[in-house]
Parts: sequence; structure tokens; C-alpha cells
Amino acid sequence: MSAQAPSRTDLLLAIADDELVLGWRNSEWTGIAPFLEEDVAFSSIAQGEIGHARAFYELAATELGTTADALAFDRRPDEYRCAPLVELRFVPDWARTIARHYLYETADAIRIAGVKESEWDELAGLAAKVEREEVYHLMHAQMWADRLAASTDGRRHFDEAVTELWPYALGLLEGEERERLAETVGREPVDAVERGAHTDELVPLWDEMTMVRRSAPGAEW
Amino acid sequence: MIYEVFRQEREGQPLQHGGSLEAPNAAFAEAYAREFYGRRNESTTLWIIPRDAVAEVEEPYVADVFDRDYRRVDGYSIKVKLKEARERAGALAD
Repeated sequence: MSAQAPSRTDLLLAIADDELVLGWRNSEWTGIAPFLEEDVAFSSIAQGEIGHARAFYELAATELGTTADALAFDRRPDEYRCAPLVELRFVPDWARTIARHYLYETADAIRIAGVKESEWDELAGLAAKVEREEVYHLMHAQMWADRLAASTDGRRHFDEAVTELWPYALGLLEGEERERLAETVGREPVDAVERGAHTDELVPLWDEMTMVRRSAPGAEW
Repeated sequence: MIYEVFRQEREGQPLQHGGSLEAPNAAFAEAYAREFYGRRNESTTLWIIPRDAVAEVEEPYVADVFDRDYRRVDGYSIKVKLKEARERAGALAD
């Protein structure tokens, strides 16, 4: 492994873990979203995120000499590199779910645009592919943000949720990308809830997420 | 609001009714239509039309009071004529 390998796989795992865990949290709405059409659409977005996670894990796996499944499910909770934002469980709070969705997709668009410029060709190519789908996730998030903002009650719930999650959202990005996020969202930068430490909500989630795989260690599925 | 979705599978083909969906406004309807009918590249064109905008034509036939079947193509049974022609041709060949 080359000297720069750890940092570039760290970046990959951060993205992959964010996408997997957020996909997992969003999928908790399957069957209980506010109405059927949204149930289908939001579940599909959740699945899209997990698909992106898989692609990023696969690239990391070739670098680390392991498999995507092992990276996704065989690590201990403290080895995950996801940002605290994606760990939070919001069911049945739709306003906070949409606030996170909006903040995450906005930040992710900034991050993916940066990764597309990577000198690592495979990663740049993957980012370009992922971006084509993420455009629709962002449109969906924006559409909901507009919808909530259109009513007094909706706007209040949504704004409160964005204010609460704003320090978490900044933790998704590094350096000047944070300023770009602040500009896009129209908020002042504050102290971020940084990636690295985890919330109390990760362990129960990890427990459920890896339960089946741990029930038969080493099994061929 | 209910929207009717029309989809075209391949370029050059006619648009066909795909189904309907419920959405609070046109932006949502567009997102849902894309998700339901475009996710697997199964459509090249999608139209979404509010159901209210569709005017249904009542009794959609032109009054046909006189018996003028002969004016319609289906007034003739080409099958029988073909059979007869074949038989004639067969008889000649013998």
C-alpha cells in the first residue's frame, strides 16, 4: 500500500459510511411515510444511498484487500467514519428528517463536486456517476424544503430543525467546503459537530444493521 | 391532486397511459413520476397531466342510425374473399 493510501481510503470510508448509515435511517420510513407516493420515493432514495455506499466500499475494498460487505458490516461501531448527522434517529419526526435530508444532500453535492476533481481516476469516475443520481436526491430535498416553508407551521418546524442540525451538517465537510455550505444554506458557520466521535444512537443502529451477519459469522450468503 | 402519467418507451413510439399518482403539486408529481416510471430507464418521455385538466368526451361515437356497414372496412370479411381467391387459383393450377 502506498504512503498516501490511508488518507484516501479514509475519505472513501467517510463517504461510504455516511451513505450507508443515512440510507439506513431513511429506510426506517418505509411503510410509514406521510403518504404512499412519498413512501415509495423516499424508500427509493434510501436504497440509492445504500447503492452508492456499496460502490464506495468496493473501491475501498480493492485498496484495502477486503470486501465491500466486510467493510459495511464487519467493523466495530467505533471504526465507522460516518458523521454524527447521519446517525440520529428521527422517526416519526418528518420535519427533522427533511431538514437532515436537505442539509445532507446540499453538503453532499459540494463534497461530490470536489471528489470529482480527484487525481485518483476511479474515484473521480465514481463520483461523476454518483452525482448523476444525487441531483435527484437534492431536487427531492429542495422540493420538500420549499413545501414546508410554504406554510407558517411547516416553516417554523423546518427552521427549528435546520437550526438544531446545522452544527452537525458542517461536520460532514472539511475546510473551505464548510464555507460553501454556509453560503448555499444562508447560515453563519458555527462550531461543527465533528466526524470521529459518535452519538449514542450509533451502537443500537449498528447492532440492528449487523445482526443477521453476526448471527452466522463467516457464512457465504 | 391526482395526476395522470403518460410515458413513451422508446423514441418514435406513441405515448401511452402509464398510470396515475397523487401529489400535492406539479413539482412533487414530476419527482414521483420520475421515480415510478423513469428509475430503470424505462421511459424516454414522461407527461404528467392533472386529472382535472382531462376533458372526457361523453358517448364517444358518431351516431350511426342507418345501416351502412359497407362503408366500413370491417363490413367486409377479407378472410372469406382470400379463401375463395386461393381456391380459384388452386383450381387453375390443377
